[in-house]
Amino acid sequence: MMPDLGNYAAEVLTAYALSVGLLVGLLVLSLRRSRKVSAQLAEVEARKDRADV
Amino acid sequence: MIALLRRDLALAVRAGGGFGLGLAFFLIVVVLVPFGVGPEAELLTRIAPGILWVAALLAALLSLDRIFALDFEDGSLPLLATSPLPLEGVALVKGIAHWVTTGLPLTLAAPVLGFLLNLAPSAYLWLLLSLALGTPALSMIGTFGAALTVGLRRGGLLMSLLVLPLYIPTLIFGAEAVRRGADGLDPSTSLLMLAGITLGSFALLPFAASLALRVNLR
Amino acid sequence: MSIWEYANPKKFIATTTPLVPWVMGLAIACLVVGLVWGFFFTPDDFRQGSTVKIIYLHVPSALMAINAWFMMLITSLIWLVRRHHVSALAARAAAPIGIVMTLIALITGAIWGQPMWGTWWAWDPRLTSFLILFLFYLGYIALWEAIEDPDTAADLTSVLCIVGSVFAVLSRYAVNFWNQGLHQGTSVPVATGERTVSDVFFVPLVICMVGFGVLFLGLVLIRTQTEIRARRMKALEARMRS
Repeated sequence: MMPDLGNYAAEVLTAYALSVGLLVGLLVLSLRRSRKVSAQLAEVEARKDRADV
Repeated sequence: MIALLRRDLALAVRAGGGFGLGLAFFLIVVVLVPFGVGPEAELLTRIAPGILWVAALLAALLSLDRIFALDFEDGSLPLLATSPLPLEGVALVKGIAHWVTTGLPLTLAAPVLGFLLNLAPSAYLWLLLSLALGTPALSMIGTFGAALTVGLRRGGLLMSLLVLPLYIPTLIFGAEAVRRGADGLDPSTSLLMLAGITLGSFALLPFAASLALRVNLR
Repeated sequence: MSIWEYANPKKFIATTTPLVPWVMGLAIACLVVGLVWGFFFTPDDFRQGSTVKIIYLHVPSALMAINAWFMMLITSLIWLVRRHHVSALAARAAAPIGIVMTLIALITGAIWGQPMWGTWWAWDPRLTSFLILFLFYLGYIALWEAIEDPDTAADLTSVLCIVGSVFAVLSRYAVNFWNQGLHQGTSVPVATGERTVSDVFFVPLVICMVGFGVLFLGLVLIRTQTEIRARRMKALEARMRS
């Protein structure tokens, strides 16, 4: 399945691994922060609603 | 405007920091370089234009945060903002005052420091000329950076991060002009570009700086 | 119905929330197809060997690194002129993505340059301009982080973005003047319609570029929503405390 990368296998594989790693890292961080902030906002909104009543 | 310029200059002279510290820093950087790269005269001749320009740039950077910080702390900045002089004019005058207190002394001191670095004899004129044309741009860009960070505590380090990338074109053309002068080539293209950057920054950056000042004074 | 309706934060969140999974799905599909095609099913270049496969990461990330700054410039201008909060927050959301793209372009470039030019780094105009772009991103993000008040931060970063753009273009030309480079010219010249890359490599490359672009869009949407929520939370907390 693996294509023959010749002499440059190490370079090509590092380039792919690092880039995909960075992209996935960015995606995970964005999603995690999105979840966290959404949850916090929901909590603050709930608190505000209680305070208003 | 003239009155404000006089006041700023008088303050700088009385405090003594503007002239002295910047020049001393310039001297020390230039003295440190041979310790770092070794004393061979040929090598020093080759890197002298770049070192002199980088050192002058760092020395100009050193005094930037004082441009607005003192006025901001003692409350005279809001006063200046409400004065009949437009804030753009204030920013322009501040830039000019900074140049007179740091850029001009640096320019005049540079040839003397050129001896220390064994600068090629043909380069002295171009060193003087390129610094005279380029340091005003450094002052004006720095004024903009100072206006951006005036409201921040410990804004100095952040300001260096913001201002140094903006200095790149000036540095490239300035050092290039001296290098070409040293090699006996025609440096006029670099000098023209340098003059263009300076005039452009003086024409446009006061507006950006005054916008930043207004936001910070809000 | 005008485009400015989406400048309302509530409306923006309501409209984009159902879109996000589709956008992200499309992005991941394009990236998987493009990268797998590029990695497994393209031939080696006769001179560069298998390193040519790095192009599927290098060119699209470089493209998006510049476009992200361009998008920040436009949203900054919109914020300064029309004062839509979503616009400023979108610029803030895009900056970290831009810096990651710049980093990918620099890293893959270094890895590619090592076997081809025999050096990780050269002070070549294109490489140098990307390093400068990286510094601009750093300064921009640092300024956002440093300022407490969100409106002040939005104003000041917008001004910085505009001034920075002018100086970034200036640096690009200055750097060109300063040194001749090793880097080849543009790979996908739009204006002339000619290609320096042959068809075998070109189709997966375009798919990858679309993938990076859509991924950028999806990430900006997610991060902008986060920024909007974070801001609303801050405002609510401030109101409750008073």
